[in-house]
Amino acid sequence: MKPLRLLIVDDEAPARARLRDLLGDITAQLPTEVVAEVADGVSALECIDGLPPGTVDVVLADIRMPRMDGIELAQHLARLSHPPAVVFATAYDQYAVRAFDLNAVDYLLKPVRAERLAAALKKARPASLTEAVLRELAPAGRRQLRCSERGRVLLVPVAEVIYFRADQKYVAARTAEREYLLEESLTHLEAEFAASFLRIHRNCLVAREAVAGVAREAGAASEGGDATEAHWALVLRGLPELLPVSRRQWPQVKALLGI
Amino acid sequence: MGFKRFVSESIRENRVSPRLPDTCNIGVWLRVLLAVNLGGLLVAFARNPAQGIVHEFVDIAAHLEPAALASLLLLCAAGRLLAGLRYAAGALLVLVIVLAANALCHKLFTVFSGGLLWHTLFWAALATVLLLAWFDLRMKAKAPALTEARLMALTARIRPHFLFNSLNAVLGVLRTDPSRAERALLDLSDLFRVLMRENRDLVPLSEELALARQYLELEKLRLGERLQVRWDVDACPVDALVPPLMLQPLLENAVYHGIEPAEAGGELLVKMTGDRDRLIVEISNPVTAGGGHHNGNRMALGNIRERLMLFYDLEASLDTDEREGRYVVRIILPNMKK
Repeated sequence: MKPLRLLIVDDEAPARARLRDLLGDITAQLPTEVVAEVADGVSALECIDGLPPGTVDVVLADIRMPRMDGIELAQHLARLSHPPAVVFATAYDQYAVRAFDLNAVDYLLKPVRAERLAAALKKARPASLTEAVLRELAPAGRRQLRCSERGRVLLVPVAEVIYFRADQKYVAARTAEREYLLEESLTHLEAEFAASFLRIHRNCLVAREAVAGVAREAGAASEGGDATEAHWALVLRGLPELLPVSRRQWPQVKALLGI
Repeated sequence: MGFKRFVSESIRENRVSPRLPDTCNIGVWLRVLLAVNLGGLLVAFARNPAQGIVHEFVDIAAHLEPAALASLLLLCAAGRLLAGLRYAAGALLVLVIVLAANALCHKLFTVFSGGLLWHTLFWAALATVLLLAWFDLRMKAKAPALTEARLMALTARIRPHFLFNSLNAVLGVLRTDPSRAERALLDLSDLFRVLMRENRDLVPLSEELALARQYLELEKLRLGERLQVRWDVDACPVDALVPPLMLQPLLENAVYHGIEPAEAGGELLVKMTGDRDRLIVEISNPVTAGGGHHNGNRMALGNIRERLMLFYDLEASLDTDEREGRYVVRIILPNMKK
């Protein structure tokens, strides 16, 4: 049997050592190979990015970790072209465990037993964490977005994004400092961050917190709109530029501003 | 079953004879002065004099305050003597002391105002009896058994997160470093022995410090180099008495919110200083993004505050502060010795 290739993600060294011991114990019934061990979600993403696609079969992930927790890691992994399966392990995390139970997500409780680990690994399938399940596990969406830039992986905190704007091929995330190009779709972002972002135009989502007000902008030709008609533009906190509001989204913007 | 029996026994054991209030306690002083002045205000209202109630009250207060303060001072000085007496004898002694203090004040102050000595003594005696009865009632209402049950409920908490992660860490080093695993299990057992005993008596600070070090050793096993601790406790009186399990929950919070969420970890600072009257304990941790001090922390702080209140009434305090990137918890306690 071809060994199952694993990535161990846990911020505590003894916890990683324990998993390795157990994998050794079950190797007769389930041969495995540990591709790498890392200490948090971000390192896990970097590690997987550095390997040929499909190298890792299963990611064994702790829930509570610095930089990026296990659930957010799973959200990012699910967007890969060859996503690995994810098996969560937690010592005690009421909220996560309740959500796992509700959504029939398998997980390991630390300290883990060898038989239990073997059973979970045999059962693990890449597709088991669907988008719908992930949304249940993390209703607020990801906390950071990935952006590949000249071979490096950058993480952009969603809380710092002022707006997303779609151009022909890509989506750009604008923060107070600069712009990042993302491999995302605006529709997907809108669904994931509906609580914190508002669509103001066919090609633009704005952070609700960043909306300062509206200004009437005269005359500029808006796409498909009447060239001579004045239209509303959004004034932002922290950025000088104005963002056009489409007539279709105007009622939502009005509701947000309470006018 | 065993627990039930234990509780009912300790309730019986605690149905003790009434106790005199601790006359050196600031809380008791405040309550006495408040009550005495309230009485003065009532008298001012009752007299309803031509010169106005405020004026009358100021007049009365000028007589009340020195007498009340003198009584309290003498009572505090006699505190040890009072504590050794049975309740009836103690109450009688309190009455005698108060009457003496009032007689003295009467002698000193009536030079200006005149008035009858027996008048003063009658009101003083009445006030003393009423206050003693009230303190007795209050003590009964707060019932030692209730206080104790509350204390036990308050101390028996530790994050399950810590227990399971520690056990997991012990299993993790068991094969490669058995002696380290052994030490960790011994620390864990010491910690749980303290967590599970009845924690109703104050303990020497040295004991608390030893427990805190054991707890942090366990966390070090899990977190390795990420957890750094600086102890600044050389200047503290290690024989001072403190509430049991006061440090451990604070350290647990500091680790959970300040060290664990940080990739590179950080440094905890434990600082204790003291003088003849007070003991100051300061625990601080770096503030980390995503570490947020939320519900768990508030609960632990509320818990310790409540225990301080039960042990010391108003004489102890707990404050939190965020400065220069660090979250600081400071406890100030009266320095009590055996």
